[in-house]
Amino acid sequence: MELKDLIKPENLVYSKSALLEDVPMHYCPGCSHGVVHKVLAELIEEMGLQEKTVGVAPVGCSVFAYNYIDIDWQEAAHGRAPAVATGIVRVNPDKFVFTYQGDGDLASIGTAEIMHACNRGENILVIFINNGIYGMTGGQMAPTTLEGMVTSTTPFGRNVDLNGYPLKITELIAQLPGTSYVTRQSVETPGAVRKCKKAIKKAIDNVLAKKGTSFVEVVSTCNSGWKMTPVDANHWMQENMFPFYPLGDMKDSVKGDNNAKN
Amino acid sequence: MAEYKLMKGNEVLAEAAIRCGCDGYFGYPITPQSEVMETLMARQPWTETGMVVLQAESEVAAINMVYGAAGSGKKVMTSSSSPGISLMSEGISYIAGAELPCLIVNVQRGGPGLGTIQPSQADYFQTVKGGGHGDYRLIVLAPSSVQEMNDFVGLGFELAFKYRNPAMILTDGALGQMMEKVKLSDYQPRWTKEEIEEKWGSWATTGKTATRKKNIVTSLEMDPGRMEQNNIRFQKKFSEIEENEVRYEAIQCDDAEYILVAFGTSSRVCQKSVELARAKGLKVGLLRPITLYPFPKKAIKELARKVKGFLSVEMSAGQMVEDIKLAVYEAGSTVRVNHFGRMGGIIPTPEEVVEALEEKFSWELSYGVKRSY
Amino acid sequence: MTEELIIAGFGGQGVLSMGKILAYSGIMEDKEVTWFPSYGPEMRGGTANVTVIISDTRISSPIVKHFDTAIILNQQSMDKFEKAVKPGGTLLYDPNGVIHPPTRTDINIYKVEATRTAVEMGNPKVFNMIVFGSYLSVRPILTLDNVEKGLEKSLPERYHKTIPLNLEAIKKGQEIVETVLEV
Repeated sequence: MELKDLIKPENLVYSKSALLEDVPMHYCPGCSHGVVHKVLAELIEEMGLQEKTVGVAPVGCSVFAYNYIDIDWQEAAHGRAPAVATGIVRVNPDKFVFTYQGDGDLASIGTAEIMHACNRGENILVIFINNGIYGMTGGQMAPTTLEGMVTSTTPFGRNVDLNGYPLKITELIAQLPGTSYVTRQSVETPGAVRKCKKAIKKAIDNVLAKKGTSFVEVVSTCNSGWKMTPVDANHWMQENMFPFYPLGDMKDSVKGDNNAKN
Repeated sequence: MAEYKLMKGNEVLAEAAIRCGCDGYFGYPITPQSEVMETLMARQPWTETGMVVLQAESEVAAINMVYGAAGSGKKVMTSSSSPGISLMSEGISYIAGAELPCLIVNVQRGGPGLGTIQPSQADYFQTVKGGGHGDYRLIVLAPSSVQEMNDFVGLGFELAFKYRNPAMILTDGALGQMMEKVKLSDYQPRWTKEEIEEKWGSWATTGKTATRKKNIVTSLEMDPGRMEQNNIRFQKKFSEIEENEVRYEAIQCDDAEYILVAFGTSSRVCQKSVELARAKGLKVGLLRPITLYPFPKKAIKELARKVKGFLSVEMSAGQMVEDIKLAVYEAGSTVRVNHFGRMGGIIPTPEEVVEALEEKFSWELSYGVKRSY
Repeated sequence: MTEELIIAGFGGQGVLSMGKILAYSGIMEDKEVTWFPSYGPEMRGGTANVTVIISDTRISSPIVKHFDTAIILNQQSMDKFEKAVKPGGTLLYDPNGVIHPPTRTDINIYKVEATRTAVEMGNPKVFNMIVFGSYLSVRPILTLDNVEKGLEKSLPERYHKTIPLNLEAIKKGQEIVETVLEV
């Protein structure tokens, strides 16, 4: 059998989303960003949302997210993506607006903006990539860096007396009445990717139904910053990150429901 | 007779925003301009024109909301006072870098730091020379009456969209709190979705359609070669603004030997100083820059060739005076340029200005000037 | 005609609203007007003052050093503004809040028992309108017709029922003003 006999529509088992641009990504091999981008692009395409979507990119490794998904984008200042998204969605309530932020962006410099956007219950989706480190600037401590974890600014490990404690921001977000769906996912196995995609789909559905803010944390690896191979990084994440940042839904409700399971 | 109202400058800013078809206001309370948002909230324009009004969690958030909304081609604004504008300066630089049109109002108060809530003009440098990082300029309008507070909202938006650049109304607590007779602008409808798509579809994030490429609103460009090209484009735009958008008012300058230069509240004071000085036999005129950027350089240069001196009157330690000096220098004139100002929230009296003029130009008043050309 | 006026007293005496009604009446008279208050923490119970300028021509400085008229409603304001009246100008005061009456001899001085009269009228709130009436009597720069229109414009609709009472107070003020000194 020749190759051309195989390439037929009826034999197709997988294709890249048309919305995923044909450009090489700048992410390191093994990085979780590419997978989450792919999941997002697939969902926007499958749900027919390209014309009504505006993405807001952060400052961090995913600063160039706008190069990879074929939708309209705005690039926000560091930490301000939730404010930018608020501005867009308030004057364009028919649009689907999401932010895509890392842990430094969302949980450090942008803490005020994320808390208040979620507390107002802005109809936006927040994708929060938590890899416990500043990837873009070369591996410095993040607010979510685990105790004892070595980074370039905690060369002897994170010392909580000196640096404070790792911040479980998603748990805080889940307390806010403006949020409707708050969940923590991962993408290190095919099964996890499928679960994550399901969660993001549900989050988008909630936003479209104007149920308030939906927040999806993806516990991720940064094998370059962690100085590990991609496989080791996945194992390290499972052994160290998951016990501190347990996966699963934290809240599944509607805006204003204070009795939601937190 | 036209319907005149008696309104505060701050209230008029709000009313003018609604009437000029503004889509959104994002702000944070700070004295002496809180009436802007209070008036908007009480007016509930979302029930009338559909304009959105939102109290942000900080000035930092407010200016970034403006960025987001402006990035989608909407007519949006914010207002604050000096310390709040300092906080917004990061966002303003991004807005300028991403070439987004928007209107920012600074109802100045005395600084530095928390300073005072009384009127000041000490943010001239911040507004005209930078504020945020990088080579950018704001189009700066300086109203001197409540009527101009109304008129410059529409004009500010017009210029902002014409050049895809943030515009600022630089005013102060006195004009914000003052009530005067005002004729409000007529209502203009907000732009429809189709109009926005037609006017700004080439850059605004209105949602990517099959017929166009995706739009990306960003100030980021990692390649220094391309970033330089961006800057060259910005500078070209600023040259055009300098060429086309200078606005000023000359009061009794034709036969004047001494020129007071003042904007906003201090220009009102100086109008009276001109009267007082002329009553004393001093030939004094007033040049009132309406646009602080672009600065009315040409007008100053022309005057520099015939007058005996300039007195910059500012509610600051002397900031605009540097621009006057530059213009006089460029004119090849050697007439002296002096400054008189009060700081920290004090407005000079008309009498003080005349005294300062007489004192600072006592030499010229006694002996005249020697022309060096 | 340009009238540069200061109204000064305690917060709560209706100083600012009196200035506002005066300014609105000026608009009804087709004049240029500026209303410039002291603002800030002063507003909260302390002294309050407002500069009102009414003119046939474009108004220049809102900052005025010497006034054509000063309306003075407490001692602190007397201490501060008696000396700010232009020679030949006008000073109107309510003796109830003033321990040391004005001593200048180069200005016109009038007094009005507005606090007492307001109490007698059974409504302390009309105090400022009584003072306003006295002002109009000694400085007749506006017609009562336009003052009535000014009241309508400056009062919110829900207070329009108080306009007759306010006009009555204005008329009362016109009647009871006493001349202390005319130069």
